[in-house]
Amino acid sequence: MLGRIHSFESFGTVDGPGVRFVIFVQGCVMRCRYCHNPDTWDQSGGSEYESEAVLQEILKYRCYIEKGGVTITGGEPMMQLDFVLELFEKCHKQGLHTCMDTSGIAFDKSDPVFMAKIDRLMQVCDLFLLDIKHIDRKKHQELTGQSNERPLQFAKYLNHFHKPMWIRHVLVPGYTTDEDDLKRLRKFLDTLDSIERIEVLPYHRMGEVKYEKLGIPYVLKGVEPPTSEQIRQAEAILGCDRYGK
Amino acid sequence: MRDEWYGFEAGTWTNEIDVRDFIQHNYTPYEGDDKFLAGPTAATKQLWDQVMELNKQEKDAGGVLDADTSVVSTLTSHPAGYLNKELEKIVGFQTDKPFKRALQPVGGIKMSENALKEYGYEIDSKVKEIFTKYRKTHNQGVFDVYTPEMRKARHCGIITGLPDAYGRGRIIGDYRRIALYGIDRLIEEKEEVRAILCGSMSEEKIRDREELMEQIRALKAMIEMGNIYGCDLSRPAKTAQEAIQATYFGYLAAVKDQNGAAMSIGRISTFLDIYIERDLKNGVITEADAQELMDHFVMKLRLIKFMRTSEYNDLFSGDPNWVTESIGGMGVDGRTLVTKNSFRILHTLYNLGPAPEPNLTVLWSPRLPKEFKRFCAKVSIETSSIQYENDDLMRPDMGDDYGIACCVSCMRIGKDMQFFGARANLAKALLYAINGGMDEKKKEQVSPRFEPITGDYLEFDEVMMKYDQMLDWLAGLYVNTLNIIHYMHDKYCYEAAEMALHDYDVRRFFATGIAGLSVVADSLSAIKYAKVKVIRDEDGLAVDFETEGDFPKYGNNDDRVDLLAADLVKRFMNKIKQHKTYRNGVHSMSILTITSNVVYGKKTGSTPDGRKGGMPFAPGANPMHGRDTNGALASLESVAKLPYEYSRDGISNTFSIVPDALGKK
Repeated sequence: MLGRIHSFESFGTVDGPGVRFVIFVQGCVMRCRYCHNPDTWDQSGGSEYESEAVLQEILKYRCYIEKGGVTITGGEPMMQLDFVLELFEKCHKQGLHTCMDTSGIAFDKSDPVFMAKIDRLMQVCDLFLLDIKHIDRKKHQELTGQSNERPLQFAKYLNHFHKPMWIRHVLVPGYTTDEDDLKRLRKFLDTLDSIERIEVLPYHRMGEVKYEKLGIPYVLKGVEPPTSEQIRQAEAILGCDRYGK
Repeated sequence: MRDEWYGFEAGTWTNEIDVRDFIQHNYTPYEGDDKFLAGPTAATKQLWDQVMELNKQEKDAGGVLDADTSVVSTLTSHPAGYLNKELEKIVGFQTDKPFKRALQPVGGIKMSENALKEYGYEIDSKVKEIFTKYRKTHNQGVFDVYTPEMRKARHCGIITGLPDAYGRGRIIGDYRRIALYGIDRLIEEKEEVRAILCGSMSEEKIRDREELMEQIRALKAMIEMGNIYGCDLSRPAKTAQEAIQATYFGYLAAVKDQNGAAMSIGRISTFLDIYIERDLKNGVITEADAQELMDHFVMKLRLIKFMRTSEYNDLFSGDPNWVTESIGGMGVDGRTLVTKNSFRILHTLYNLGPAPEPNLTVLWSPRLPKEFKRFCAKVSIETSSIQYENDDLMRPDMGDDYGIACCVSCMRIGKDMQFFGARANLAKALLYAINGGMDEKKKEQVSPRFEPITGDYLEFDEVMMKYDQMLDWLAGLYVNTLNIIHYMHDKYCYEAAEMALHDYDVRRFFATGIAGLSVVADSLSAIKYAKVKVIRDEDGLAVDFETEGDFPKYGNNDDRVDLLAADLVKRFMNKIKQHKTYRNGVHSMSILTITSNVVYGKKTGSTPDGRKGGMPFAPGANPMHGRDTNGALASLESVAKLPYEYSRDGISNTFSIVPDALGKK
């Protein structure tokens, strides 16, 4: 099974527990305005790899990731579910911890074939990093070009299976810093009990140069990263400290 | 047992000079945490404020606050100097006051003269006359003997950074011996050897006898130097303070004697812990006192200064002394060599603030005590001031009482020395292979004329064949140049003080080095896996390259190119080994252009990997900047494939990462 890959990071330290081998897949349908990896959007870019080849790449770092694991991110890995399943099954055979960083945007409850695969994913993925971009449907649409219906459904689905998840929320001043929105998000999170951690990710502008290179207009031009006070406040509202560190 | 040794367990060390044996019998491994550490005392703070003020004055003065222009530095050339005599627990400066740089013309009078001139000082005319007319220097000796080819190679930079005008450094005296045995005993030992070295007088024996006499003279001068400060170094140290003081005086003697490229201190902290533990146990000192002693000691090491030219500073990107101290590590018996004093010396980075000197180097093993590893990680994150070395890699060969000279060069303390050989520029050698030995920048024929490559595109097999021949030539020229340098250094600039603190039958390493490894690996990879077109100038000299297509780059854990790098290391070392070395030095090699990579790059034209002429090389064994795209581990794994057995003098990798990128709490 071939996967479309953007790149590998052999020393991932922020996408899941411990030291992680991180696979960035190519292709995403979301167009988050703050996305710092716009080079992973194009579904025809990147290079194709057999899952076995990726596994061999991972195993080069076995001694480093034994207490950490493998994280697949992107791009949107859920759009390459067959590949992820095959790769994660192989990782599990090797005893490696697996983690998927997803927005849940490809989650389609109405598609039985897809859902059968998602059920299989529950068996081979140990942890989900679920990125909830915005709790408000309209603002989500504006911010990402997509509705938040599927991401929220996926969160509930994971909860139903008691799947450990880390909720992530990118904090963009003027876009996702509204107090009421954050409170609404917290309310939604109250309905989920398999959350292990909530992370507020401060928006940064390191992606801006990539937009220039790709000739994509950068909508957030001039938006400053959040202040430490804004970050602290968001963390307080979202109750980040309720979860064990 | 001598009185000064009360409370110590006897061993071989009591009858023979054997510091390691003393440590093994008497040290206390420490597995606990850092909670016992004490902050700076009022005296420490006051002294350090004074240093900071002097630092500022020195900076304002343009880099040098004061310099001796007429008194040639010897162990006893200057009266005592102090910051504040009442407060200093450890005393001694290179001259009669802090921040005053010494005059050390024995390596080369021109170097001394120019260095002074650059900072607005004029060398005393009498001194200049003496070292020009009557007393030959190392520098003059070397240039009397260099062949035209060597001069050209040096001038074009195919061999570069050579210690022919400055002190070779890299030798570490076993400064602990003074504390443990007292100098009288060390002199006795040398006299004993001299008594045996009789009979038929070969050149070697004559030289040995002369050197031993120089060493004895240096030892006597050390006693005198101690007397200047009111310290008796003739007998063993009785207390921790005396032990630290004696060890420091040994080191001070070395830096008064030599302005060496790297003047490392060895492996002292665990040794000193034995004295501190004894004093703590007997209620002679408290933990705060112990920390104060270490703080004052480290303060002194931070104030070591040499008079150097800006050209020298360019080569080393600053004015480093490489006062390297090797900390921790594991013993061959499985016990850790980490002691409380390993913590204390690292803690100076808090009590005095972070600093690059002394170069605190942790000998790392996964088996180090957990709390110590935790502490190191904390100190690294908070001060960025620790260097790490792989103890598990070095211990099998070097035992557990080796130290690091400069950044990566390991030697058994008091048993090994080395002839520092700077490095050969392998990237330039590749261009010579393409251009038949004609220098691409100076347009001079440096090697004998080889057949240049004339095709428009570079063919891997042809390039490798010619490169191999060029490396044969280079290895020979390089070793022979170093032979001259070290012959002359021994003759005119002999390190009597440091060698006096070595065994007689010392092992000598012949420490060659290479620069431009990642440039060559990527260039060969480009030639092999992409198409490299040669751009020639009007003289037909290859001056630039155009690469079509992508190629694997060193630093991504990709065997296709990493093995090219590994092969190069092995290949060049094997060629070095073909040549006879001065004093039968043991061939070794390093890959460690930590700072000189910028200067070497400046002297080297465009290379087939796409690096433009004049651009810096990567430091040491690092991949080229920005070409390692698979993250830190991939990059480190590529470096780890370089065969250590062919690069025993060390492989260095400069690794920086912002603390946030190391993960979240």
